[in-house]
Amino acid sequence: MGPTRPTREKIKELRVEGITKRFPGIVACDSVDLTIGENEILALVGENGAGKTTLMNILMGLYQPDVGKIFINGRPVQFKGPADAFAAGIGMVHQHFMLVPNMTVAENVALGLKESHTHLRLDLSGVKKRIAEISERYKLPVQPDAYVWQLSVGEQQRVELIKTLCFGARFLILDEPTSALTPQETDDLIVLLRRMASDMSIIFISHKLAEVTALSDKVAILRRGRVVFKGTTAGQTAAGLATLMTGHEVVLPRNEGVDGCGEERLVVQDLCVKSDRGFLALDGVGFSVRSGEILGLAGVSGNGQKELAEALAGLRRVEKGRVSLMGRDLTNRSPREIIDAGLGYIPEDRTNEGIVSSFSIKENLILKDFASPKFSHGIFIKSQEEARNAASLQERFDIRCSSLNSAAGSLSGGNIQKVILARELAREPKALIAVYPTRGLDMGAEEFIHTRLLELRAKGVAIFLISEELDELMNLCDRIAVIFKGKILDILAGREATRPALGLLMAGIRPEAADRAAEPGEKA
Amino acid sequence: MKTSARVAYIALISCVAVLAAVGIGAIVLVILGADVVQTYKVILTEPLKDLFGITEVLVRAVPLILVALGIAVSFRAGILNIGAEGQIQMGIISATAVALAWPALPKSTLVPLILLAGAAGGALWASIAGYLRAKLGVNEILSTVMLNYIAAQLYGYLLRGPMIDPAELQTGSGTPQSVRLPKSAWIDRIIPGTRLHWGIVLALVLAIFIYILLWRTTSGFKLRAAGASAKAARYGGINVESCLFFAMVLAGAFAGLAGAVEVTAVHRRAIEGISSGYGFSGIVVALFGGLHPGGIIPAALFFGVLLVGTDMTQRILSIPANMVSVLQGAVILSIISAKMVINDPYAREKFARRLSRFRGHPGGYEVKR
Ligand SMILES: Nc1ncnc2c1ncn2[C@@H]1O[C@H](COP(=O)(O)OP(=O)(O)O)[C@@H](O)[C@H]1O
Ligand SMILES: [Mg+2]
Repeated sequence: MGPTRPTREKIKELRVEGITKRFPGIVACDSVDLTIGENEILALVGENGAGKTTLMNILMGLYQPDVGKIFINGRPVQFKGPADAFAAGIGMVHQHFMLVPNMTVAENVALGLKESHTHLRLDLSGVKKRIAEISERYKLPVQPDAYVWQLSVGEQQRVELIKTLCFGARFLILDEPTSALTPQETDDLIVLLRRMASDMSIIFISHKLAEVTALSDKVAILRRGRVVFKGTTAGQTAAGLATLMTGHEVVLPRNEGVDGCGEERLVVQDLCVKSDRGFLALDGVGFSVRSGEILGLAGVSGNGQKELAEALAGLRRVEKGRVSLMGRDLTNRSPREIIDAGLGYIPEDRTNEGIVSSFSIKENLILKDFASPKFSHGIFIKSQEEARNAASLQERFDIRCSSLNSAAGSLSGGNIQKVILARELAREPKALIAVYPTRGLDMGAEEFIHTRLLELRAKGVAIFLISEELDELMNLCDRIAVIFKGKILDILAGREATRPALGLLMAGIRPEAADRAAEPGEKA
Repeated sequence: MKTSARVAYIALISCVAVLAAVGIGAIVLVILGADVVQTYKVILTEPLKDLFGITEVLVRAVPLILVALGIAVSFRAGILNIGAEGQIQMGIISATAVALAWPALPKSTLVPLILLAGAAGGALWASIAGYLRAKLGVNEILSTVMLNYIAAQLYGYLLRGPMIDPAELQTGSGTPQSVRLPKSAWIDRIIPGTRLHWGIVLALVLAIFIYILLWRTTSGFKLRAAGASAKAARYGGINVESCLFFAMVLAGAFAGLAGAVEVTAVHRRAIEGISSGYGFSGIVVALFGGLHPGGIIPAALFFGVLLVGTDMTQRILSIPANMVSVLQGAVILSIISAKMVINDPYAREKFARRLSRFRGHPGGYEVKR
């Protein structure tokens, strides 16, 4: 059994039966049965940790199931490794890209293509021809000579796709392909996948129910390793799917409060900041956030959001302008001083910046306060206090982990975000900057984070929320500023903001009507 | 992961690494035309046969522990100190200078003063590389290696010129070495008739000190955070540059101290070749010991056995003592490879599968990072 020879046979049906996979202390997949037919798109949804990636790794031969079988066209197969799965025509784009940044696109493809480097010779032109064919066939534009590090996340994703297709995949698995994409890139990907489905079958993993309904024919929901729902996508509602996914009803909370009324807390004036590459990323940005207010910042990512957040947190030099918190000038102060002044910060890159991933959860929860009198006697860290703090925050923020001593990097994205949130909120900040706080998270986690942000607002904290999810912004914000090419084009009142109005501004188009400046916070 | 599992995991890495290193060493021995089994038997058992061998192993372990402790701090903080060799030599120079400058001081004052001087010498030398890295971003591997060359030349010059024993000039033999240190500067031997000295106690106490520093104090928290993820440390308000500088200086101080201990406890005068590669072996010991004092002590003892054992093979089987360098190189290679294999989750999964098939029940055990 088990094809190890490459076959060109069509995959008319792929079926898994009774797949069970255990890890220490957890059943990652629990008797999973699934069938995917020819040219079908199956959306596989489930919360973080539901077992989706594990199931797909089993399909790719990266893991062996403890129990259960895989059938292709009714015949049982056994994949000893990814090479076997490739040979059978199954290809996967992993959740985390597997590209070498300082190699070109063509070289990255050649890397996995055995026949391109036989006899010590690298047939790069052959590889480029193959890339050109595939990019032509599926209308997937790529530049084969570009270096991977030069590409945006969306472009890198296309390279991953092309790579998989060059290996001869006739059955595609995409593990959370949209979690790192901007909404625009996501829309492009969905159009592309629809087109590709005329040629192959696709398993598409996502938390975002809008994507699922836009793309898939069938949907399967995994909860704690079990398939809790299988059926056609048509007729499903996002709310219904979310309920099945989490096991309880999910209602994203809304900001129902009256417009902000407190004093100005975070004030930014005429801010100019350079990007890593040396050009002006922010060009005269100004706004203020009041106590008890959530000010949103909408915009296509890459328009200066990252630089703005870093400049506010003291992690990037301010060339010109002024930042102050509660009347205190914080321009170009050290991160430590800014932290001590009461600014909380949820960074964009939660695994590399928000936590020290090899540190324990316990340690990460005191990352900003280990030297404070609460957690140290000057020299020594009070380890009981550290443990007590961790235990109480774990309970308050529902951090799910096997132990508070385990490395924070081993947690799922949602739980890492809870660790960061717990640490930042426990410090009782005067103002909080949250950058893409729910990107890539499932709905349960999103609901949790939104609820916490609104609680914080009610307590009078000034919140600056950078996001590209318009729904998130419109649900939560009192006012929404729109950034385009390093400038704030306009600030709209949250209640008046509409998708089309925000969309136009995000594209850099300022409607005449916007002149009536809906900025209740800015006094003349 | 539970502590017991972690210890088992580290032990597993070490065993695999040792076996691989032994294998590579065996290949070299075969090429040399030596009897492989006999050689290994001599290396690993001969040093432990009598009191002399055991004390010699401990004598070798002292500088290895001291250097490795400093290396562990610097590597954990994310700055790679390859300059321990030069720092040891600077420590020897400062220690010798102090000992010769104030020979009349009572022992209880002079010995601590010498040790401090040694540490200061090493620290000062390391601070050059630390400063260049923290302020100007100069790669510390490059600067410490270059500083090693300068230190070696300086050391040679001083022993041949300004610091040479005048007696050597009178007799005309011209051996590059300093005057013998006054008795008041000596660290005493523990067991008469052997070279085992009180430096071993100092090394063990400092091992505990480093453990506490790294895992119990706020400074240790900063250092480890800076090394584990500079970006996250900066985000958390930690001044990463000052951590790098401090870690480098501390590593230099430990290397300098090792030099001071060697000169006052073992050789009792500055001679050429005192450091005898401890600066480099110390790096291997630190890595082999998992950059943890609890691992460094056994690793240093193991390398002490290797050093004494290869000396003995030279005498007994006339196999060059340089074999120890081959084995060290082999150990580095095998540790790094073993760690990579064991850290790879898919390799782990495969291993667990084999293991469970072997034990006859499916799925069960998984080694985690
Ligand atoms: N190699 C592994 N060792 C131990 N546990 C694992 C491993 N891989 C995944 N898990 C656990 O299995 C569960 C399912 O994980 P995963 O398949 O990655 O979830 P998803 O992709 O749905 O977010 C999680 O609880 C995770 O912690
Ligand atoms: Mg996953």
